[in-house]
Amino acid sequence: MPCIEARGLRKAFGTTIALDGINLRLEEGRILGMIGPNGAGKTTALNAILGLTPFQGELRVLGRDPWAERDQLMRDVCFIADVAVLPRWMRVSQALDYVAGVHPRFDRAKAEGLLAKTAIKHTSKIRHLSKGMVAQLHLALVMAIDARLLVLDEPTLGLDILFRKQFYDSLLNDYFDRSRTILVTTHQVEELQHILTDLMFIDRGRIVLNCSMDELESRYVEVTVNPDRVAAARALKPIYERNVFGRSVLLFDIKPDLGANKIVDRPQLAALGEARTPSIADLFIAVVGNQYAAQGAAQ
Amino acid sequence: MNTQSNAMTESSIQSQGTAPAAVSPARVMYWSIRRELWENRSIYIAPLAAAGLFLFGFVINLAGMRRHIAASLLGPGQQRDLLMTRYELSASLIMGTALIVGIFYSLDALYGERRDRSILFWKSLPVSDLLTVLSKLAIPIVILPLLSFAITLATQFIMLVLASVMLLGSGVNIAALWTQVSFPQVSGVLLYHLLTVHGLYYAPIYGWLLMVSAWAPRAPFIWAFLPPFVISGVEKIAFNTTYFLSLLEERLVGGPESSMAANDHAKDWTGTLIPHHFFGTPGLWIGLAIAAVFLGVAVRLRRYRGPI
Repeated sequence: MPCIEARGLRKAFGTTIALDGINLRLEEGRILGMIGPNGAGKTTALNAILGLTPFQGELRVLGRDPWAERDQLMRDVCFIADVAVLPRWMRVSQALDYVAGVHPRFDRAKAEGLLAKTAIKHTSKIRHLSKGMVAQLHLALVMAIDARLLVLDEPTLGLDILFRKQFYDSLLNDYFDRSRTILVTTHQVEELQHILTDLMFIDRGRIVLNCSMDELESRYVEVTVNPDRVAAARALKPIYERNVFGRSVLLFDIKPDLGANKIVDRPQLAALGEARTPSIADLFIAVVGNQYAAQGAAQ
Repeated sequence: MNTQSNAMTESSIQSQGTAPAAVSPARVMYWSIRRELWENRSIYIAPLAAAGLFLFGFVINLAGMRRHIAASLLGPGQQRDLLMTRYELSASLIMGTALIVGIFYSLDALYGERRDRSILFWKSLPVSDLLTVLSKLAIPIVILPLLSFAITLATQFIMLVLASVMLLGSGVNIAALWTQVSFPQVSGVLLYHLLTVHGLYYAPIYGWLLMVSAWAPRAPFIWAFLPPFVISGVEKIAFNTTYFLSLLEERLVGGPESSMAANDHAKDWTGTLIPHHFFGTPGLWIGLAIAAVFLGVAVRLRRYRGPI
């Protein structure tokens, strides 16, 4: 059974279409990064998955309809919908007591163990914790819940690089095993590159790229082209070109699924200059940014 | 690799099998109500403060009384009722405080969590919207009446002790004070009143406030109090009648008459309780039905509403 399965998922707010027929299948044990510009529909998609908003089309999460069966679903799904949604008046000890009181799958000892590694005191009020500590606390609460799906919406927004790194390290080392699934959206993609197993770009309510990280490595190649080979490289139809310190950096889509008909192959590209796997950020600009450029040219 | 992943799936299935599938609703309700008390400490601080201030006033009152008694200005009848009227006053003050706390609590209950975005945290836990709304309703109609009852009882006992100590040797028969005031009867009436009127008769008012609190995009206070005001104004100008206003008035102040006999000075206080009369009033049941509708809407609204 896939963890999340969506077919023709649609959601409109008045005349604004937030989700325009999304098809998605996420198997259990994967870590999917959902990346998109502001207003692309990421949060709407997550809200539909979490049963926070009604939707059109078909959507099953752990085999359930999230809107109709939200109460049962929430025993197996956990989420951090935003940074700083923990109630500010609460004490750390009260947060532990409360979650332990209402959640059947909460392991209080585990949460305390995770908190012991931080500087957070049990008697502190959440309003007196720093932003980074609130994120640590929320993560500790969520990681102590034996959930099958964890959804994180911009979990590290506003945190400094140390906290961000620690956040994902902790998630990977102390939480993730192959029976759990994680879905994360963020603008800060640098830390995610080596964590994700799957990647999705979403723009204006549509999925513009959906592949595993393995596929990404075999499919996309970024080449810092030697100056004398630029014309030859451009002839191979890169999907994006940019300049870094006066040198052309070209991004190619090998399209291996085309088999023998594919436009370029790796050895060919390696001959043009330094070839490597592009970063998610560069690929995002190439794939999503390009669409805006093409639209601008057409108008 | 294969065996390892198999072992992992097995263990995860096992852990899912042994973990309890759900927490009982009673337990979730208990923790939800505790959560409300953590957040809104005014629920018990305000009535306690009111009681404390009342006792302070009572001490001043007693000091004054001592002089009057010494000058024999206090007749035997007044001596008899020395505590009774003051008991009633203390009960009214604490009850009134609890009522005000209940109104403001209800107005903020489903609005505050949207304003501070913590609704996203509450909704990430397996607590249904229905249970959340019911736990918030329990504060004004169960917790506050019971709290007021306990605080009033304690206050009245302290009053009795204070009166005994301060009026010692002033000519007032202290023993009579103790025998005259029958605690079980007085407190029985009070508890009955709190549970019937504040718990059941006011339910539609709290239902309305909770519904507005779940709906209001901002300023729930205005949204809660403006519509009744406007409706009675429109009724007055259109039909020159005041049915709506008298309906509200009846709901707010008419309760006590329907639950208790008017004869307050009856010796046997329990005789003034007439539950069959109270539970026989159609007004009560209509009110409860309206409360149920308001609460149903509030539950539904909370499902759709996100942070503001």
